[in-house]
Amino acid sequence: METAGAARLPVLELTGIGKEFGAIRALHGVDMQVFPGEVVGLMGDNGAGKSTLVKIIAGNFRPTLGEVRFDGNAVHFHRPIDARAVGIEVVYQDLALADNLTAAANVFLGRELKRKFGPFAFLDHNAMAARALELFGELRSETRPHDLVKQMSGGQRQAVAIARTRLSNARLVMMDEPTAAISVRQVEQVLSLIHRLKEQGVAVMLISHRMPDVFAVCDRVVVMRRGEKRADKPIRDTSPEEVTALITGAKEAA
Amino acid sequence: MAMPLETPISFTNVGRIKWWQRGIFASQTAYVLLALLGLLIAMHFASPYFFTQGNMQNVAKNFSFVAIATLGITFVIITGGIDLSVGSMMCFSAMITSMVMSGLSTPGMPGASLFVHLAADGKTVVANVPGLILLVSILAGLVTALLVGLVNGFCIAVLGLSPFVTTLGMLSIVRGLGYVVSNGRGSFPGGPDADFFYALTSGDLFGVPAPFIYLVILAVVMAIVLHHTSFGRHVFALGGNEKAAELTGIPVVRVKIEVYAICALAAGLQGIIVSGWLGSAPANMATSYELNVIAAAVIGGANLAGGVGGALGAIVGCVLLEVIRNGLVLAQVSSYWQQTLVGVIIILAVLVDRIRSRIA
Repeated sequence: METAGAARLPVLELTGIGKEFGAIRALHGVDMQVFPGEVVGLMGDNGAGKSTLVKIIAGNFRPTLGEVRFDGNAVHFHRPIDARAVGIEVVYQDLALADNLTAAANVFLGRELKRKFGPFAFLDHNAMAARALELFGELRSETRPHDLVKQMSGGQRQAVAIARTRLSNARLVMMDEPTAAISVRQVEQVLSLIHRLKEQGVAVMLISHRMPDVFAVCDRVVVMRRGEKRADKPIRDTSPEEVTALITGAKEAA
Repeated sequence: MAMPLETPISFTNVGRIKWWQRGIFASQTAYVLLALLGLLIAMHFASPYFFTQGNMQNVAKNFSFVAIATLGITFVIITGGIDLSVGSMMCFSAMITSMVMSGLSTPGMPGASLFVHLAADGKTVVANVPGLILLVSILAGLVTALLVGLVNGFCIAVLGLSPFVTTLGMLSIVRGLGYVVSNGRGSFPGGPDADFFYALTSGDLFGVPAPFIYLVILAVVMAIVLHHTSFGRHVFALGGNEKAAELTGIPVVRVKIEVYAICALAAGLQGIIVSGWLGSAPANMATSYELNVIAAAVIGGANLAGGVGGALGAIVGCVLLEVIRNGLVLAQVSSYWQQTLVGVIIILAVLVDRIRSRIA
């Protein structure tokens, strides 16, 4: 997979990304490339700069220094919607779901399907429920489109949040700790979803603390420490022990 | 792009939620509606006058006088906001309407020559186009309310002020402006279109009070907007999880401004209707009505924390309050008890809902 990916152009290319919050330097000189159909694990301890990096790519923050290129073009995101417009989808750690709405309503939140009646546009409930059921089926999740999110298990919520990224033809999906709060069986489902995204040529960035998950699905692992990229190597050239050493700082760089 | 399914998904571990445990049946609105039906039956046995046509008309009219404003504030409450300026807005809008109406109907006043002329006898004022003055003056009242609502929305959505504080301030500002423009005196709808105005606001159609007809139409429109348009969906999403709404690309600022504008328009319309019934728009009209309106919305099932509410609930809340008021009068209970009872019912309604969600 990596050789096929390397021959193509990177979908996401970061050059010299730096971010400062007042006197705090959260990121410094991060270079990174992500290729289509590649799964990249982003690892690091709390405060290593993972979230800041993800938020810059997702359009929540603007970088103080450096350049973000998407599909070969330099991009400047002002809001998360701008990032979504070019094909970057994020599954947030807190999932960004509205508890009082149904699963289908959450999947289609902000991009509802509508039917026109003269000058008025009404929600197409049936079409949205049918498409949502299809997406949940793809994720192998037993989730009913008409159920309220507040009555759902952690795995079902995760499925709703991931189903949302499947609505558009996303080029890059970033998942923030998607396996942190769900059951073992559901972890399998999420990982198999990542495989499916990969088969479609979608690039996936997996931000996770769970070493087994990263080693199960990722092609490449990037390790952050103290705001800098300390390692970026194919998963087959490294080991959980080495990654742990890089995260904790026992090993400076690789 | 569709991914192949190995097998269709089965729901072995996830049961279907029973019909009485979801949707309208599981809401506070349903419980309050049941309580209301019980109350109606009890009233029927308690007083032979209750189910007479006259009394029913009276009840329908009376609750329509707060219910339209309650529909409006329900939008705001669903987004998790609050609007305390409703009562002042009712008064101000009614006042502007009747001042514009009498102003345009008085020959000699600026602009009046466009609308009226004196009849041959030199005394009778005749409208150039019947109904035009009415239209212009009602529009003036509604536009005034809309402007106030837009200011509320701007302060809350764009400047990020708290809805409570902003609308508390607006309560005082608008009431004050009402006294300023009227100099503390009441204003009366007058001129050639006044009869038309009274017919539209306090008249009836085949025995059904006009305000009740407006209420039903507006409630149906509101239910459709809330449940079948993306605007309604966004209103609920905003109350459920504002951050999620923002992240999924919902235009949060616009939706917020829109709900405060809708609330203001509803209050303005309500004020104009009430002034038609009163026959004037005194400067102290609808004082503290915002509390009745909020109480009705909350009893009907709107959640002040946001995310829950609806048109039916708003009406059920208003009807319940009015039936209790009416019932106490018929039962010759001192009207001072009414306020106490309303307070008890607000707490009971919310309490029952809390117990129910604990059990479920």
